[in-house]
Amino acid sequence: MHHHRKRFAAALALVAAAGVLAACDSGDSADAEGTTTITVEGWRPGDEQATADSVKDLVAEFNKENPDIVVEPVEWEWKAETFPAQLAGGTLPTTFRVPFTDTLGLVQRSQIADVTDQVDALPYADSFNPSVLAAAQDAEGRIYGLPSDVYGMGLHYNRALFDEAGLDPDDPPATWDEVRAAAKQITERTGQPGYAEMTKDNTGGWLLTTLTYAFGGRIESEDGAEATIDNPETRAVLEMLHGMRWEDGSMGNNLLLDWSGINQAFAAGKVGMYVGGSDVYNALVTTNDIDPDTYGLTTVPLADDPDAGILGGGSVSVVRADASDAEKEAAVAWNDFFRVRKLVDEEAAVLDAETLAASDQPIGTPLLPVFDEDTWTQQREWIADYINVPVDQMTGFTDNIFDQTLVPEPPSHTQEVYAILDGVVQKVLSDEDADIAALLSKANDDANAVLAQ
Amino acid sequence: MTTAAPPSSRPRPRRSPATWVRGGGLSTLVMLLPLLVVFGLFSWWPIVRSVVMSVQVTNLVTPPEFVGWDNFSAVLNDPMLWTATQNTLWFALLALVLGYPVPLVLAVLMSDLRRARGIYATLVYLPVVVPPAVAVLLWRFFYDASPNGVFNTILGWVGLGPVPWLESTSWAMPSLVIEATWAAAGGTVIIYLAALLSVPPELYEAAEIDGAGVWRKVWHVTLPQMRAIMLITLVLQVIGTVQVFLEPYLFTDGGPDNSTTTILLLVYDYAFGNSLGGDYGKATALSLMLAVALAVLSALYFRLTRSWSDT
Repeated sequence: MHHHRKRFAAALALVAAAGVLAACDSGDSADAEGTTTITVEGWRPGDEQATADSVKDLVAEFNKENPDIVVEPVEWEWKAETFPAQLAGGTLPTTFRVPFTDTLGLVQRSQIADVTDQVDALPYADSFNPSVLAAAQDAEGRIYGLPSDVYGMGLHYNRALFDEAGLDPDDPPATWDEVRAAAKQITERTGQPGYAEMTKDNTGGWLLTTLTYAFGGRIESEDGAEATIDNPETRAVLEMLHGMRWEDGSMGNNLLLDWSGINQAFAAGKVGMYVGGSDVYNALVTTNDIDPDTYGLTTVPLADDPDAGILGGGSVSVVRADASDAEKEAAVAWNDFFRVRKLVDEEAAVLDAETLAASDQPIGTPLLPVFDEDTWTQQREWIADYINVPVDQMTGFTDNIFDQTLVPEPPSHTQEVYAILDGVVQKVLSDEDADIAALLSKANDDANAVLAQ
Repeated sequence: MTTAAPPSSRPRPRRSPATWVRGGGLSTLVMLLPLLVVFGLFSWWPIVRSVVMSVQVTNLVTPPEFVGWDNFSAVLNDPMLWTATQNTLWFALLALVLGYPVPLVLAVLMSDLRRARGIYATLVYLPVVVPPAVAVLLWRFFYDASPNGVFNTILGWVGLGPVPWLESTSWAMPSLVIEATWAAAGGTVIIYLAALLSVPPELYEAAEIDGAGVWRKVWHVTLPQMRAIMLITLVLQVIGTVQVFLEPYLFTDGGPDNSTTTILLLVYDYAFGNSLGGDYGKATALSLMLAVALAVLSALYFRLTRSWSDT
């Protein structure tokens, strides 16, 4: 019998060990001396060590003015797939960034914290550009985070292909007719697709919405109650794309492109022009190793229509739903220091640029004002010495963007509506006989069914 | 009219707990405990949770709200469900027609090899070892729709193509099936090969004496001997293809125009795709319906075919 008892003891030890492991899970964030510990989104998976080091340097700077807050930066990236697991498992960082389009859904499901009181206490709380702050607010005006990294859509083009096709890279197309003609010329003379468009993973809807805005149309009513997909402008956009694909043959053969796929193709010199966020140059450099000389950026051409505007987006630094008041305060203080203050404060702007420069990160890629144009211009002057991106090749964008009206993304069920539009764009690009009117009418019905939920 | 109780219903002599312990029952239980804990924690508990979740609305933060059959009726009324079901069945049918005979033919051919069978087995099995995501990346490169894509170049040599492999609503699904067959055939070949090699050689000798050629041997000896194993692989194949997810997710994301949106991709979209991090209730409701349908299908299939699989 002796060996049985031994085995029993071993098994008991195993079970006990499992119990100890489980008990380790419960963490306490504020200790007796009033120190608050928060984990924050520091850098993204795949970022270089230098990026992580620069964040740690900034944490040290932050601690000089906030000795009571312990900031632990972690590697993190917003991913819809991993978010629920982290949410359910309680392993989310205290604060992290979410795209404008996803913030509202998280608010509606009560998955992030209300930080109105903490944000209101910031010195610049009243100066936010209202349409930018709206991305972080619910219908009652409660605030759920700090907006940052605001971009407008731009037309990216390959200067080398422009040269090769006999087009002037310093004089990019300014109307959609010119875009179409340039695309055709690029394809005829270089064999590469002159114009490409994202179509997959809800980006097809994102781009169709962008082009609809540029033509003067809208996808949803202003309150988000009703879909307005079946409109003359969206139809005109689809007819143009259909013509470029089937008559001009200037959109290439690979049509199922998502954000990373199109960036990769563009950086490899296989796309003449495409529309995407004005900040994509950063990713093209850090992920796709683009040759900076080949890059050009101009504004998305707008139709001669008072409603024509440019779609914009950005990120909101939100706080996990179960954060204590002390944690919320600490998180907002950190986001103020790390992401927003550098836009309004010279010392913070220079410190940030210095830190980025030390690790060779791109500095000066065009973003749009979180506050107003004057503040934005002022901030660019503060960091002028550190700017290392080819700004001369982006003047088509930077000289004209403030003449364009910034239009926020559709307010309700944005990603679901984008998913519906994905199918429409894919159909038009993959089927020469696609019935555009019928597609739009059906998409409108489908979107209304989603909006009614 | 009364029926006599079957003899087995007579009470068996009960064993006392003390006899059970003395017979080593306790240590058996203790040794089993880690296994039970692991299975319970990582297999059964999630299943129970998803059954519960299918009748709830949850945001994973506040306590979930009970909504009865709402999730199920919402899923059943979603027009995408019909599209996804059709696509899934289309995939399963194509996989059956294209994919099911391939491993069998390969295995029969390989079993006739006297030499270097191991090398061929390795070659056939190799795709199974390639990580699925890597395989898809590789095939996406092969499936390049431009005339200088790998497959289109090859077709060009014989004056065909270019084929819009993944970019047309009619080609996308067959393209996915071809890749899936390539990726999965190796495993099935190994199973068939093992079964083939266990066919008693006397049967072939007897057939030869009767004057049977290669085809008649295959038809009258090999296939009847393989019937049971073919039945199992068929059921596994149907269950596997109906749950196809990786290929449509990585190749086409359900496109173009929803022509490759399968049921599991729809489940994924409910949970993560649309409105990001959304509707776990609907996702679990749909997966549950799929699981029940598959279980019923398998049971029905085994019942219907029991008579001839026993022989």
